[in-house]
Amino acid sequence: MKIAVLSGKGGTGKTLVAVNLAAVAKNSVYADCDVEEPNGYLFFQPTEVTTQQVTVSIPSIDYNLCSGCRKCVDFCRFNALAYIAQKPAFFADLCHSCGGCTLLCPNHAISEKQNAVGKVIIGNSQNVTTITGIMDTGRASGVSVIRQVLRCLNQKNKPGIIGIIDCPPGSACIVMESIREADYCVLVAEPTIFGLHNLQMVIELVQLFNKPFGVVLNKCTADANPSAEYCHEKNMTILASIPFDKKLGQLVSDGQIAVHCDPLWQKLFISLLDKINKEAGYEAATDNQR
Amino acid sequence: MNIAIPVDETKTNVCASLGRAPYFMIINANTGEKTIIDNPAPAASGGAGIKAAQSVIDQNVKAILTPRCGMNAAEAFKAAGIALYQTVSESIDQSLAAFNKGDLVELQNIHPGFHGQGGK
Ligand code: SF4
Ligand code: SF4
Repeated sequence: MKIAVLSGKGGTGKTLVAVNLAAVAKNSVYADCDVEEPNGYLFFQPTEVTTQQVTVSIPSIDYNLCSGCRKCVDFCRFNALAYIAQKPAFFADLCHSCGGCTLLCPNHAISEKQNAVGKVIIGNSQNVTTITGIMDTGRASGVSVIRQVLRCLNQKNKPGIIGIIDCPPGSACIVMESIREADYCVLVAEPTIFGLHNLQMVIELVQLFNKPFGVVLNKCTADANPSAEYCHEKNMTILASIPFDKKLGQLVSDGQIAVHCDPLWQKLFISLLDKINKEAGYEAATDNQR
Repeated sequence: MNIAIPVDETKTNVCASLGRAPYFMIINANTGEKTIIDNPAPAASGGAGIKAAQSVIDQNVKAILTPRCGMNAAEAFKAAGIALYQTVSESIDQSLAAFNKGDLVELQNIHPGFHGQGGK
């Protein structure tokens, strides 16, 4: 079973929820798809790590063979090729690696070469297998790194294993990529008007993909909580309310896994995972012995 | 030589965006003749900046007057030997007059693209 954890923007506690859910599960895989700024591994400190390079195919143009016919430029619907001074010019960050230009060039002037875009690091930390996607800086999008992370997750996904997908913040196409195969989505929201606005964007996204979902309210205080009110009004599942707590904030900034430090948080996350399992229609697989 | 300016719906003002401008005005610097062409880019599925740049490059342009420009498009213009000048006014006529007097400076306002949709 795969659970995606997402939020409308960074800093809502998305990684806190994802990391601690993975930590309380008996046997889990934590897959960090926040490839621009992966930070889950900082908590898990995985060992026995192996690294895979992620590459994509991009065209390489042999200008000695190119006749300047412009066919490739007119074909590329992603506008990764421009016709400048009678020759095609290539813009790597717009290329979707469709391979079309290579196939159609009448002079066989285009071949494909591999271009590194990032890496995936796999490691272990007690009951958790960690998979971390890291996009090389300066890349326009991390989709292919995310795909590689999810491929690794699928290889490790067996019955009884809980896969936790830590999604990138926001609601852009890389988030869609991250939740595509999730069985259940956990939406982390802050208790403010802005928090609600971000929550609504993510709700729209998961509804678009018809994913079952529930909301975790983070940083809750005694004050009014627009996100909570919205969930009640729309009859949406609130999975847990995590209180605003200075000690919890300190644990996070120290890179500690809260459920390993305090039975209070352990209890909260075990019941959160139980609730997700029930909501998603699976048997509970939490590690109650710890 | 030809000069290009991104223009808005009114076709009388400089458009704040180059890639997403609805039209380009192409001015023949010798005759002063002005033509309006459609920018095909607003409907582009990605790489609007390059698509817009392509339509301008195909017009035999040597200079572009614009308030800003995306990184990819700027690179394409550079490869095509087209100079970019920073407009200081919304008015097309004032911008042209300033350009003709040599008052416009080279564009500094080059921003990273807004795409983030690449298949990488
Ligand atoms: S299709 Fe081939 S020959 Fe034609 S412009 Fe492109 S690279 Fe050159
Ligand atoms: S591989 Fe596809 S997206 Fe990339 S330049 Fe060629 S046609 Fe365009």
